[in-house]
This record gives sequence, C-alpha cells and structure tokens, in this order.
Amino acid sequence: MRKTLTGMLAGIGFSLACGTSAFAAELTIFWAEWDPANYLQELANLYEAETGVKVTVETTPWSDFQTKAFTEFNAKGSAYDMVVGDSQWLGAASEAGHYVDLTDFFNKHKLSETMAPATVKYYAEYPSASGKYWAIPAEGDAVGWSYRKDWFEDPKEKESFKAKYGYDLDVPKDWKQLRDIAEFFHRPDQNRYGIAIYTDNSYDAMVMGVENAIFSWGGELGDYANYKVDGIINSDKNVAALEAYKELYKFTPPGWAKSFFIEDNQAITENLAAMSMNYFAFFPALVNEASNPNAKGTGFFANPAGPSGDQYAALGGQGISIVSYSQNQEEAFKFLEWFVKDETQKKWAELGGYTCNKAVLESAEFQNATPYNKAFYETMFKVKDFWATPEYAELLIQMNQRVYPFITGDQGTAKEVLDSLAADWNATFKKYNRVQ
Amino acid sequence: MATAVLTRLDPQSKAAARGWSDLTIRNVFIIPTILFLIVFNIFPLIYSLGYSFTDFRASTNSAANFIGLQNYRELLNDPFIWSNFAITAKYVIVSVAGQVLVGFGTAMLLNRDIPLKGLLTTLLLLPMMLSMAVVGLFWKLLYDPSFGIINYALGLGKFEWLSNPDMALYAVAITDIWMWSPFVMLLSLAGLSAVPKHLYEAAAIDRAGPLYTFFRITLPLVAPILMIAIIFRTMEAFKTFDLAYILTSQPTTEVISIRLYKMAFQEWQTGRSCALAYIVLIMILAITNIYVKYLNKVKER
Repeated sequence: MRKTLTGMLAGIGFSLACGTSAFAAELTIFWAEWDPANYLQELANLYEAETGVKVTVETTPWSDFQTKAFTEFNAKGSAYDMVVGDSQWLGAASEAGHYVDLTDFFNKHKLSETMAPATVKYYAEYPSASGKYWAIPAEGDAVGWSYRKDWFEDPKEKESFKAKYGYDLDVPKDWKQLRDIAEFFHRPDQNRYGIAIYTDNSYDAMVMGVENAIFSWGGELGDYANYKVDGIINSDKNVAALEAYKELYKFTPPGWAKSFFIEDNQAITENLAAMSMNYFAFFPALVNEASNPNAKGTGFFANPAGPSGDQYAALGGQGISIVSYSQNQEEAFKFLEWFVKDETQKKWAELGGYTCNKAVLESAEFQNATPYNKAFYETMFKVKDFWATPEYAELLIQMNQRVYPFITGDQGTAKEVLDSLAADWNATFKKYNRVQ
Repeated sequence: MATAVLTRLDPQSKAAARGWSDLTIRNVFIIPTILFLIVFNIFPLIYSLGYSFTDFRASTNSAANFIGLQNYRELLNDPFIWSNFAITAKYVIVSVAGQVLVGFGTAMLLNRDIPLKGLLTTLLLLPMMLSMAVVGLFWKLLYDPSFGIINYALGLGKFEWLSNPDMALYAVAITDIWMWSPFVMLLSLAGLSAVPKHLYEAAAIDRAGPLYTFFRITLPLVAPILMIAIIFRTMEAFKTFDLAYILTSQPTTEVISIRLYKMAFQEWQTGRSCALAYIVLIMILAITNIYVKYLNKVKER
C-alpha cells in the first residue's frame, strides 16, 4: 500500500515538474478577434519554429476586448504575458502598473528612430512627450476610405456629376467633394446610398469617425499636456466639422445607426454605398473576391482634407506590451527582441500585418503590395488620436452621450453639443485632479 | 413536530450505522449551501455596499478613499441617470403590459378543448427557451430596414425600427414580449385550469354574460398567479441588458443596467457603480414589495 502511494506521489510530482517546464516555454498574447490577430499567430508560429517557444494569440470580440483585458489586469492575473492593447489604454495601464516599463528596451533598439513617428507617439509613449515607453508599435492602423471605383468610372455617372456639380467625379480631395459625391450617389429608390460612416456608440467607433472630420478641419479634442478643453473641443472649427459629419449621416443606408467595421465593409460588398469609412486593417477583405464580389471595382483613398487644407485621420492600431503580472517576462522580452527586427517586420507586413517599421513602410515593395498600402503609408504620417489618460473611457462615453443624439437623432445644435461636452470633460478632469 | 422527525433515526439505516443523526445529515446538506450563499452573495453584497461610499476604481492601484454619500448624491443629481431610469420605467411598463395582454390572451384561447393543444402549447413555449443573445441577434435581422422580413410582411417599406430613436425602445419591448409572453401564458394557463367548472355553470344558469363571467369569476381567481408572473417579469424587465444592448445603441434604449455596465466595466468607476447598483436594488425591492402587498390583498379576497 505504502509503495503504491509513494509511486503515485512520485508520478504526480514528475508530471507537475514536466508541466511547469512546458509552461515556461509558452507565451500568450491577448488581442481582439480580427484578421491581424490571425496574421500575428502565423508570425508567432515562425518564432516557435525558430526557438521552440510556443506563442498563442488569444482573442476575444472587440466589444469585450477592453473589459476582458482590464478585468484580468485588475485581478493581477497572469493569463496573458503580452497584450496588443489600444492606444487609449496607455495611461490607465501604465499608471496602474499593469504594463512593464519598456523605456530601456525602446532606447536600446532605437525604436523611436526605426518606427513611424506617429506610432511611437500614440502607441508607445505616456505621458505625452515624456520619453517613457510602455509598448512596441505593433499594428499600425488609421481610418481610411474604400469606394466603388466602377461606379465612379461609369461615363454616364461622370457626365451627370459634372453637369450637377461643375467638376469631375473622382476620388474626393476634400470633405466638400466627399459630401457632394455622397449626395450624388444617394438614391434610395434604387437601393443605392451615398456613404457609409461609423455610428456605433458602444465603444470608440463613432468618436473615431467624428475625429476624422474634426482633425481635418484643423480642430483638436483638447490640450493633451494641460487637460485644457474650453475653446478647443467647442471651437468653431469643431462645430463646423461635427455639422459636416452629421450631414453625411443623411446619405447613409437606412438603419445606419449602429454601424462599425462589419457594416461599413458590407456597404461595399452588398452594393449599398458608393464610399465607406473603415480602418485599413479591414481592407484586406475588400480586395479578396471570395469576401467581396465587387473586389475588382473597389478602390481606396486616404481621409480627404478639410476646408483649409488640413489633412489628418483618426488613429487606430495598437502596440504590444508586456503584462506586469506575467510569469514569463524574460521570454516575452526575447519575443519582442525578435519582433522588432527588420526582417521580422518585413515578414509581418507580408503576412498582412500593418507594420509600423519606417523602412518597410517606405519601401516600394510594401506600397505596391496592395491597392490600399499607399493610402495607408500616406495616412500613417498624418494621424491623431483620442485622449490616452486613465479616465479616457469616461471621456469616450461622455462624447458618445453628447454627440450620438445629435448625429443620428437631430437633437440640439453642434455648438450646444460641444459646449456640453466641454463641461463634461472639465468636470471629469476636475474629479481626477488633472485641473484645478 | 419537525424536531420529532429530526431526532428519530431508524436504527437499521446506513446513517445510523455511520453514527450520523438526522440533524448531522441536515447540516451536511444545509451548511455548504449557507456557506456558498454567504461567500458568493452576502459577502459581495456587503463588501460592495462599503465600496459605494468610496471613490474606488478597480483599474488603478490607488487606495479607496471614503467619500460618504458623494456617489449617491452625484448619481441622483445626474440628469443622464434619471433619463436612464425613465427609459427603464417606460420599458418595464410597455414590456410587462404587453406580455400580460398577449400571454393571458393566448392562455384564454388555449384554455378550451382544441385539437393538438399539447403540441401548440409546447411550440408557443419555444421562444423563452432561446438564449437572449441569440434572440437579439436574429430580431436585429428581422428588423433590418433593407432586407428584414417584418417590414416586408407589414408592407412598411424602409421603416427604421432600431435607428429611429422614438421607435427603438418599442422594438426592444416587442422582442421581449415575443420572448416572454409564453411564460405569462404558462402561469395563466395553470391558473385558468384551476378555476372550478361549477362556477361557470352557475354563472351560465344565472345568465351572466361573458364579460361579467370574465371580470367576476375568471380574473379574480387567476389574479394571484398572474400577479406572481407580473412580479417575475417586472424584476426581469427592470434588469434587462442583453436584448437592448445587442439590438440597438440608441441613447433612448440605454436602460439602467446598460449604464451600470458601462460605468462598472468600461469606465471602471467601481465605487460609483456600486452606489448605482444599490439604488437599482432598492428600487427593485420597493416595487416588488408593492406587488407582494397587493398579491396578499388579492389572496385575502
């Protein structure tokens, strides 16, 4: 009996020991459920082939991403070794100690020189201009536009457009042209509509859409260094930009009040709209004939300029961070060492990931690889982002609460909406002692 | 008497052989349940009450500071929160009234000898067996203005059920009515079948009309069980989250539980959301209490 017991205990001990050593050579990266996560898994498989360290990319739907990640962080859980987190999380995650400080790693590999400047500024650094880095720019992304090239190139359409608006129908160069083209193609009786924009207010979709207008009008959301918002978020430029965004809503397909990336891509694949706003990361599906029957007739352009020539776009994308509670931090650092190498970044781009590596982005090979890579390259050097303070979620919800009823429900005026938003944001910053 | 039952132990039983009394066996079953309730229900309830008086945020490492009633004061002065409560109240009234009308009406129709009654009842119960998320997702397709079958069947053209701020809440309530009327129907059917037939015979002899029979015999006798259905459905409707969250994102459909979810798990205002959860709890308790008092009155009659 005693022998059996000793044997059993030895067996349990042996399997535990084996189990522990197997865990040490495994890494888990947490990200949202979308194509780039699959590309990252493919890239990670190459790492496994080289080093024998298994890397699993675990995903969750976008709507749960923030909640699930922070629930794990707050519980100081070690389920994830790395997370490809949203740029807005930097403040919350770094101040609370959820992310490992990567400043030394960043400087050692001179990443501020090798990565596109906007990606360093928005995906990695917090606080703004502090020289402290918490993430490695991983998936560059920004809002761009897809359009029905076949509709635009139809000679009859070209002729009637010119007769109506006095200039040639082409890719819009500014927001006025964007509006005109949306109006021109808006034909509800033919089941054809002008434009598809973001209107989902459950996370950051609609706010990103509005930002596209605000930034191109030359406006800002606030002074990120001093938390000043009065006269900035409710500036005349922003009022005009918000009105312009609301006007576009008139030319969207019916029921377009909760639309995000899926709906906006459907607008193109289902012949619903002439132009559609979306993150570049969702464009691969539009050039694939299996997922878009109109793939051959689909084109892409960068967010057009505003009335005074400013041309910016809302930033998407994420950086990869090491979670403070990971028990495999050393292995995670080794993975990042491999990830930031030029050849890995090149491979990452080939697989479909949007590298932030300047050299790869600037190469003709990258820019000609897909019909939208050039627009992506142009956009990534003129992007701006939302607040990255720890209380960004409150700011986001307040903006949704104020802006959504105006855009989709025609409630209030743009000035009233932005004045109220300025008051909400001021109150929030006061609550957290950011301002006196 | 209960004690007598508990102390008597059959000397031949296995329990007796192990030396366990009935009291021990009772404790073995009850104590784990009580412990489970304390650990997973009572303790978090009390703990969160403590948090509701602090500025605690689970997403940060800062300590929770006691701020007294500030959370409650600010929440009750927040016009957005009041608007959330107003939306919830409107939703509860529309949804529960609709469920009672449809559910009780269907029960009346089924409370007679009709062919395939059993099969029909089972089929009618199917909606409430589905998951809320699934119901939300496919009703979203049914309501779609471009290809949804509802507009097609009713000839409504491109009517925007979910994007129209004035209509969206009713669209969510209609879905809830579709899903939960069978529950009211089932309880009403149980109540209706328990009404003694001789009362109807007596009414018929007295030449009472159908309306008189309904209001004087059927309704009063079914009322207690109908009240139980209403209590359950009111509590559920007050807590509605999934359907409204999946179907639409209109501010006019942001019921209080959606606001609470956003505050707790998107904004991570843990202390404040605990306070809001307590306000909601007190409201549900108050409403349920009114119903239970009324239920007791109905029973006394």
